[in-house]
This record gives sequence, C-alpha cells and structure tokens, in this order.
Amino acid sequence: MTRYDSLLDASGGTPLVGLPRLSPTVPDGAPPVRLWAKLEDRNPTGSIKDRAALFMVRAAEEAGRLRPGDTILEPTSGNTGISLAMVAKLRGYRLVCVMPENVSTERVQLLRMYGAEIIFSPAAGGSNQAVATAKQIAAEHPDWVMLYQYGNDANARAHYETTGPELLHDLPTITHFVAGLGTTGTLMGTGRYLREKVDGIQVVAAEPRYGELVYGLRNIDEGYVPELYDATVLSRRFSVGTRDAVLRTRQLVEVEGIFAGFSTGAILHAALAVAHEAVREGRRADVAFVVCDGGWKYLSTGAYGGTLADAEDALEGQLWA
Amino acid sequence: MAIEVRIPTILRSYTGGAKVVEGTGDTLGDLLTDLDSRHGGLKGRLVTDAGALHRFVNVYVNDEDVRFLGALDAKLNDGDSVTILPAVAGGAFGFAAAAAISQHRAATAAVAGGVRGTSSVAAR
Repeated sequence: MTRYDSLLDASGGTPLVGLPRLSPTVPDGAPPVRLWAKLEDRNPTGSIKDRAALFMVRAAEEAGRLRPGDTILEPTSGNTGISLAMVAKLRGYRLVCVMPENVSTERVQLLRMYGAEIIFSPAAGGSNQAVATAKQIAAEHPDWVMLYQYGNDANARAHYETTGPELLHDLPTITHFVAGLGTTGTLMGTGRYLREKVDGIQVVAAEPRYGELVYGLRNIDEGYVPELYDATVLSRRFSVGTRDAVLRTRQLVEVEGIFAGFSTGAILHAALAVAHEAVREGRRADVAFVVCDGGWKYLSTGAYGGTLADAEDALEGQLWA
Repeated sequence: MAIEVRIPTILRSYTGGAKVVEGTGDTLGDLLTDLDSRHGGLKGRLVTDAGALHRFVNVYVNDEDVRFLGALDAKLNDGDSVTILPAVAGGAFGFAAAAAISQHRAATAAVAGGVRGTSSVAAR
C-alpha cells in the first residue's frame, strides 16, 4: 500500500499486468510472446488523461498563464474534460467545457459532478456548429485559458516523464509499445522515451476507424493532424474498425477480466496483430499496451452485449474512442 | 483476383457513388493510376502535384497505414484491402473545435499586433 498527500499525487504509477490467456501460444522451444496491459483506468478519475491534465495545468501555472480563480476553456466531450475538471477543482480554477449536446449522459453527469460548467452546441449543426460555437465563446472570453491538448507539449511530456519510465521499470524486456492515437500525446511522449532507452523498440499506433457518419462530415482538404504528431516516433500505425474494437473489448473482459472502454479494444487488436506476427517469425516479444479507461462510461451504448452487428450499429456515428 | 478499395463518402462523386471499387497494381501508386483510368480525377484528390500522398488523406492496406509501408511505393498483393479515409483525430470534435479556437486566436493576435483581441467575432 502507498500513501499520498492528495489525490493529484496519486496519478500515474499504474499496474502493468500480464495477459496469460490472451497471449498467443508459441510452438515448443520458440521464444515467448507475451502481452501486458497498463491499467490506466486506475488513475484518479479513471483514465489515462489524468496524467496529461495534471502536467498541462502545472506547466500553465509555471509559465504564469494560469492564476488562481482563472477559467479554463476546453472543447471536449471526453476523458480530458473529466480529468481537467478534477484537477481544476483541486487547484482552484473554473472549467468550462464546450461539447455537442448529443454526448452520452454519463459524460455530462460526470463533468457536472466534478464541478465543470458545460456549454452545449446544437447537435443538429454537427461538428461544424460545435466548432463555430467554441470559436464564438473563445472570442467573447479572451481571458479564458485554453490548454489545447493537441498542441500542448506538456501533454506528451507527461508520458515522457511518467508513463515511459514506469513501463521500462516494470518491463525492461519490452519490445513493443501499443497505444491509441488521438491527441498523439501518449504515443509521442512514451514513444520518444522508449526509443531513447530500448534498442529496436517498436512504437505502434492504433487509430479508431469510426462509422461512415463520422467521416461523412469531413472534407479531405480540411483534415486534422494534431501539432504534437511526429510520424518519425512511430514504427507502424493500424486503423481499427468498430467491429474489431468491440470484439476485442469483450474478449478482454471475458478472457482476462479487464473491463475497458472501446478505445482499449482497438489498441488490443493492434497489440494482438504484432504479437501474432512475432509468433509467425519466431521472435521473442513483450508487447505492452494501454488500457485507456474502464467501460463504465460506455455501458449505455449497449455495445457490451448482443451480437457484434448490433453493437456496431449502436456505435455507428459515435466517436467511441 | 483484384484489390478491393474502400472509398470515403466525400470521394464517391468520382466513383458514381460506389463505396467499394476494384483495381490492380503492384504498388499503391500503380493502383491509384489504374483507378484513375476508370474514375477520372480520383488520383488528383489523393496525391499532390509533387507526387506525395496528400497530408490529410490516410490510406491503409489491410488496416495498416501505408506511410509506414513505403507510402505510394507500398507493395500490394491480389486480395489486399485498401481503405481511403480523411484524417480525423481521435476525439475529432475536441480537436476540430480546439484547432479553430487556436487559429482564431492567432489571427486575432496578429491583427491586434500581438495584443489579444477583445472584439466579438461572429462565428461563421
């Protein structure tokens, strides 16, 4: 057991657990291929985003950008908002989240519980409307501080300074690191650290491939690549569809007892791909992957039960990672 | 056998509305040239004048990003599945909104000569 001065101090230091049942079997005499899960749902608000939120707030404080009583503005419907709400509460800031009004009720309840204020943008206008709303709010409140996780170095640094060293300490024989590609902070920070310390390390990205409704809105000339993203840190990048993500999420809880969200299923899918490749090539592999969060927030999707086709339908049009 | 290519909604005007088309080629570049012979203009939307993949287009061969497999030189085999998608960051809403605010602020700061603007700008 470990004692901490406050909840903020208890972020990180998450367990790395082996997956003896999901790891592929290797032929007799062949080198072992093992899967390891880094349980980031054990962070204070239940997701890996606590690390980035804490580092971004501290960096803004040190730079003099945040002073007690200031307001932080974050356009998010996801885990970052929940993490920031907790950090803001404990450090004495106000948090305003902008999000589309069609996000799940768990998200809204959690954010309000942690003390965040929410401004909804109309669902009917889609993401264009959400962007316009966020822009308008920022223009009306130039004194509000936006941490901008997609371009904030402290996001990647959180993983360079904590996630990376923790992994190397717990698994010095690591050969592959697999994580989700969103803001890219986890992969950039952890990836850079591991590349410096481990010869031949493979840094593998798993990117969610959503239903067509999500991409239907996107124009190829107006795409988005986060400023933090540096392709040279990655070795490979997989696109994982909704069906595979759901299948693996269910497998993880059924076979190994780990109840995770769907982005973790997508990551496990990529981790299994590289693990099976190592088996085929007769190479030793210790594949560590990230469990981003628990499944609690996604239960209302209904995608944990029923057929895979039903689950896929339930998640169609949703940003499930 | 041929190579199956999944076309995103935004580019289906080039394929007569088809979600999936078939093509052939030893490399991704060859495949796109082959597709362009039947779906004129498609290649131009994916490849820049300089001959590289467009920055905001992601192409996957059997679910793996071709930029890590040699990009347009990525080797293809019969039976492969190719997926074309616009680049969308995870948590796409947050990123889109955040990027818009950040660009807006940079523009405002530039107009105000480095001082944060205070005027309300109507959202488009």
